[in-house]
Amino acid sequence: MTPRQRRLGLVIGIVVGVSIAGALALSAFRNNVTFFFDPSQVVAGQVPAGERFRLGGMVTKGSVQRAPGSLELHFVVTDFAHDVPVSYSGVLPDLFREGAGVVAQGRLRSDGTFVADEVLAKHDEKYMPPAVAKSLKRRHGEARSEPGS
Amino acid sequence: MLPELGQFALILALLLAGMQAFFGIAGPLLGRDRWIAAVTPAVAGQSVMVALAVGCLIASFVSNDFSVSYVAGNSNSALPLFYRVAALWGAHEGSLLLWILLLAAWTVAVAIGSARLPPRFAARVLGVLGVVSFGFLLFTLATSNPFARLDPPMPDGRDLNPILQDPALAIHPPILYTGYVGFAVAFAFACAAMLEGRLDATWARWTRPWTTAAWAFLTCGIALGSFWAYYELGWGGFWFWDPVENASFMPWLVGTALVHSLAVTEKRGLFKSWTLLLAILTFSLSMLGTFLVRSGVLVSVHSFAADPARGIFILAFLVIMIGGALTLYAWRAPLLKSSAGFELGARESFLLFNNVLLITAATTVFAGTMAPLISDALKLGTVSVGPPYFNPTFLLSMLPLAALLSVGIHSNWKRGRLKDSQRMLLITLLAAAVLACALVYGIYQHGLVLTPVGALLGIWIILSSFVEPLSRWRRGLRVPRGMLGMTIAHSGLGVLVIALTTVQSFTLEHDVALAPGATTTVGSYLFRFDGVQAIEGPNYDGIGATVTVTRGGAPVAVFKPQKRQYWVQHQLTSETAIRMDHGNNIFVALGEDLGAGRWSLRVQIRPLVSFIWLAALIMAIGGAVAASDRRYRNSKVTEAAVPGAAAGSAA
Repeated sequence: MTPRQRRLGLVIGIVVGVSIAGALALSAFRNNVTFFFDPSQVVAGQVPAGERFRLGGMVTKGSVQRAPGSLELHFVVTDFAHDVPVSYSGVLPDLFREGAGVVAQGRLRSDGTFVADEVLAKHDEKYMPPAVAKSLKRRHGEARSEPGS
Repeated sequence: MLPELGQFALILALLLAGMQAFFGIAGPLLGRDRWIAAVTPAVAGQSVMVALAVGCLIASFVSNDFSVSYVAGNSNSALPLFYRVAALWGAHEGSLLLWILLLAAWTVAVAIGSARLPPRFAARVLGVLGVVSFGFLLFTLATSNPFARLDPPMPDGRDLNPILQDPALAIHPPILYTGYVGFAVAFAFACAAMLEGRLDATWARWTRPWTTAAWAFLTCGIALGSFWAYYELGWGGFWFWDPVENASFMPWLVGTALVHSLAVTEKRGLFKSWTLLLAILTFSLSMLGTFLVRSGVLVSVHSFAADPARGIFILAFLVIMIGGALTLYAWRAPLLKSSAGFELGARESFLLFNNVLLITAATTVFAGTMAPLISDALKLGTVSVGPPYFNPTFLLSMLPLAALLSVGIHSNWKRGRLKDSQRMLLITLLAAAVLACALVYGIYQHGLVLTPVGALLGIWIILSSFVEPLSRWRRGLRVPRGMLGMTIAHSGLGVLVIALTTVQSFTLEHDVALAPGATTTVGSYLFRFDGVQAIEGPNYDGIGATVTVTRGGAPVAVFKPQKRQYWVQHQLTSETAIRMDHGNNIFVALGEDLGAGRWSLRVQIRPLVSFIWLAALIMAIGGAVAASDRRYRNSKVTEAAVPGAAAGSAA
């Protein structure tokens, strides 16, 4: 093999390797991207059945319920247009509060309850998950404009 | 008066940075020696003014001057003095100032260290650094002035974000930024070489110690951030693939590629234009990272809308810097031909694979970090990309990297014959296999599919990296600092691979509800909850729990996790309790009052997790040792010192 051929081989090898990596990354993307839905979309049935997704909205004031002494917890996530009941078992993040924004990850049960295996809150008090903020703004606008129209 | 003085100093610094940029770039271009001579005084003046401005802001923090908007927003009279100083970089404006200060510090270091460089080249390097300084100073003054006054002043400040009131986080930004900013030096060297139209082994020798030093700082900074996230966030993970983490990790990956590519450019005169491209890319990602985090583009898309001027300025500055450098690259890089060749199986080819794999990893991280932004912009729906994407794709490029590293260490420059080192290759592989089996099946007695593979690769890397220095030492030869540093850094990587493997394979996590006196068993440890009591600190109060941990009846430790409520911001934070025992990292975080006398507790056991941060520290020490190699300092080198250049042209 001449040096030129060898270099060509090397380049082809790299291109093939990078393409394989790219293809695998793409498929990893397709299978592992988590979509975000707000309560209105969930109630409207826009979530594909059995899919793991993120639910975002506000924790309805007064909705947090727990059987005394149990890790199991129920609360309601709302976008002020629709509500979705959520159940979760585990330690809550520090910033979880009634009336504050929340993002929960999990699956929808057939009875319409969202079973969360993870409840997220960011480490900044001023932080509102952008998706939640946007969805709230949109739903809030709808809720306000609906009676008038 | 002090804030006004600080602002005035910043304006002077801007003017001096402009002079530094102009004289540094125009002087060599037009061949004006007096302009070139003016660069160093401009650097000195600029750095003094920046230091003065930072001093003024610190003084405002220390003296609780709540008429300064930034101080009022990020400090409080009850805040301990240490955090009042650290509050300087608690938010956007001060972080930018810290960036500028560190850039000035690196610039001064370069000005001092470049006394032996050709004056024209040194002027160009300092000129490019001046452009960067100018841009950041202009950005600060135009959009994020830290000295803006409040009228009327606030009676007391709104306090530093409680989650930032922590020693590790207080020192995390300066170290991380020192790394980020340090890559500006490599960037400046690259631009200077392109302006000069000449790049040789001497250039690589000048650039290497700066790049390696910046890399070592960045390594430390990332590790500190990870350590902080582990014990302060109360979640118990050490890496979340959070956009903010990724923003610091991408320049690290590309910077690591740069460190290796520079080695080839120095030793063999190869990869020249590739090295330049990496230098540009690394610093671009550093800037992008700083801005993404600080402007909040990634965390919250709304920050752009909140202050459109800031967003547009950032975008414009990034386009000018990166676009300018890339244009220069497109124009000049074809001049810089690499003359020598190499065989497949030679060290060059392994370093080429190293670069390809690191860039692939950086690209997948980049794609995952930007995907939510892009998907949102294209109205494809709001998505989030998490560990299920990042873990496998990252592993995909890192596993071959770890394997090729162990083989590549045994290879020689230029020649592709691995036969000479075949024996050592097999011996180290065999030894690593035995040790890995002993670790996985002897100590832990079970494991996932990849557990033995990870353990094997980690141990193999460590063993292989010691082969060359040991053989030199046995033959009575001196081990140069560069090689010693490389050995230390590579064995650090080996430790990292082993630690990551065990943590991913053997972590135990439990959320439990316990009444005082009740116990729970996790792994081989027994946890007894002894109840809670009220606590009070300088600017917070809260509750503290007592958890006694035993192993087989023998006491291990008493854990005291806390839940703190800071007075000013009314924010609740967790203080986890963490102890090491037999290599296991035991983690206890207090949850909340569940009623009926029970409390929730988060209990986790992560074997060897501390070794992740230790490994990062070892890698950083390796970088520091390598950067201090004397070879780089008394470099009176000519073209003839490039072994490859002569050999290559003869071939």
